Amino acid sequence: MRLRRRLADLAMTGLCALAVGVALVPLASLLWLVVSRGLPGLTPAFLLGRPAPVGDPGGGVGNGIVGTFLMVGLASLLAVPIGVGAGIFLAEEGDGPLGRAIRFVAEVLACVPSIVLGIVAYAVVVIPMGHFSAIAGAVAMALLMVPPLARATEEFVRLVPGTLREASLALGVPAWRTSLRVVVRTALGGITTAMLLAVARAAGETAPLLFTSLNNQYWNLRPDLPTASLTVQIFNFAISPYESWHAQAWSGALALLLLVGVLNLLARFAARDRLGGGSR
Amino acid sequence: MSAAPQASPTATKISVERLDAWYGATHAVRGVSLEIPDRAVTALIGPSGCGKSTFLRCLNRMHELLPSARAEGRVLLDGEDLLSGEVDPVDLRRRVGMVFQRPNPFPTLSIRDNVIAGFKLNGMRGGRAETVERCLRQAALWDEVKDRLGASPLSLSGGQQQRLCIARALAVEPEVLLMDEPASALDPIATARLEELIHELKERYTIVLVTHNLQQAARTSDQTAFFYMGELAEAGRTEQIFTNPRERRTEDYVTGKFG
Ligand SMILES: Nc1ncnc2c1ncn2[C@@H]1O[C@H](COP(=O)(O)OP(=O)(O)OP(=O)(O)O)[C@@H](O)[C@H]1O
Ligand SMILES: [Mg+2]
Repeated sequence: MRLRRRLADLAMTGLCALAVGVALVPLASLLWLVVSRGLPGLTPAFLLGRPAPVGDPGGGVGNGIVGTFLMVGLASLLAVPIGVGAGIFLAEEGDGPLGRAIRFVAEVLACVPSIVLGIVAYAVVVIPMGHFSAIAGAVAMALLMVPPLARATEEFVRLVPGTLREASLALGVPAWRTSLRVVVRTALGGITTAMLLAVARAAGETAPLLFTSLNNQYWNLRPDLPTASLTVQIFNFAISPYESWHAQAWSGALALLLLVGVLNLLARFAARDRLGGGSR
Repeated sequence: MSAAPQASPTATKISVERLDAWYGATHAVRGVSLEIPDRAVTALIGPSGCGKSTFLRCLNRMHELLPSARAEGRVLLDGEDLLSGEVDPVDLRRRVGMVFQRPNPFPTLSIRDNVIAGFKLNGMRGGRAETVERCLRQAALWDEVKDRLGASPLSLSGGQQQRLCIARALAVEPEVLLMDEPASALDPIATARLEELIHELKERYTIVLVTHNLQQAARTSDQTAFFYMGELAEAGRTEQIFTNPRERRTEDYVTGKFG
């Protein structure tokens, strides 16, 4: 009996290790492919320059990186108040019919493919404005960011122990102040994490930008003009027929991977820092 | 360290008249009438689930946090009916403070800011250094934390955290302090300190204390109320309840025959 149990234990451990290995292989090979092909071209000039015509040496994605930051920033201005606000509302009073309706809408919105969100932004922003713009791209990104933000905020706020709320109310602090200054304050680490993850996700999207912000060969900081983004630049490099642009696509992909990776790491630190101290 | 017998009858701080409380269909408090004397300790004892916490929460309307809960009857604080619509629960809770079963300091605030949280969270000034020191001294915690007021309250022991919560409740200068099993998460030494503290605090505050520890009730309180299945079975001078109860149920409970 004991022998059989130990054999079964060993076999299962082996199977688990194998499964982990199988899962890691694609990830490792993907990283290897991007790094090995992208690293040679990842020079300061590439990160700080703007695209050059085919045949010209050099050229870079600097304006695309700036454009991505610009649009993600604008999108956050839209999405964070709405998403975090909705999450707080859902956690605090979301058990009524209004809360159920909001939750349903958020779930549906979360399932909409990102390219459809791009079409929505095209119809709502691009057509009335008459041209492509960073604003339109930001609106599409914001639509993408709101549902996960609302959901994560709700969950983190719900994690705050009810005893803290009671402590605050028992001191004669009104309910709304208690919500903001005790409950949300305690959940802030988690909410920060959710914001960084949403930003990372939006920064990596291409589809919603293709017909909203389009692209731009030049540096641009004006929200009402077409704007380059790292992802759309990678897309354009990659579908071109030119060898040198393919190489730039790989380098751009590596830059994007690093950017998103850093955001994810920051998110993890924010989570560990605040939540670790926040509840015991 | 037994409580000195109350020589003269003291004034009534809270007068509860025929209080009923429900959670949905559960009738948790049934027609309870009780006079709570000023500047004295009233202990609430009784078997688990008999309605002590519910009764206590009605005294500062914390029961309203549960949508299903409701209370009927009259609770007069200095003659004013708390349950009537005219009293603002926020103002009321500044007058009637509460200390909970488990210590619940605010983890995002420092020890100092926890003490003056009642001011800070309300966006008021007034939480000055003197207030912090005075309340921490009153709660017998000052010497242990005076060198690390900026630290997180989570770095304190459970007993210290509970005294911090008492300091926090004292800072808003309440008239009444409700304590729901404040020692249940504490070791015997911390419990003894807490009992000493309660003894000192009753000079200035009216205290209502829920406890499962009968010796604690006997040691600290002037009046004891015995709850049984939602009703107030018997209330009287602590000495009388423990040595010469009128009711059979009380006698069985205080002598450990059930509960
Ligand atoms: N949140 C609630 N929802 C529904 N019923 C509740 C709730 N809280 C308490 N009750 C019920 O009300 C009755 C009284 O509960 P209460 O918490 O006042 O008892 P207690 O005397 O404080 O008990 P304990 O000594 O275990 O703390 C119990 O029957 C309990 O099941
Ligand atoms: Mg209780």
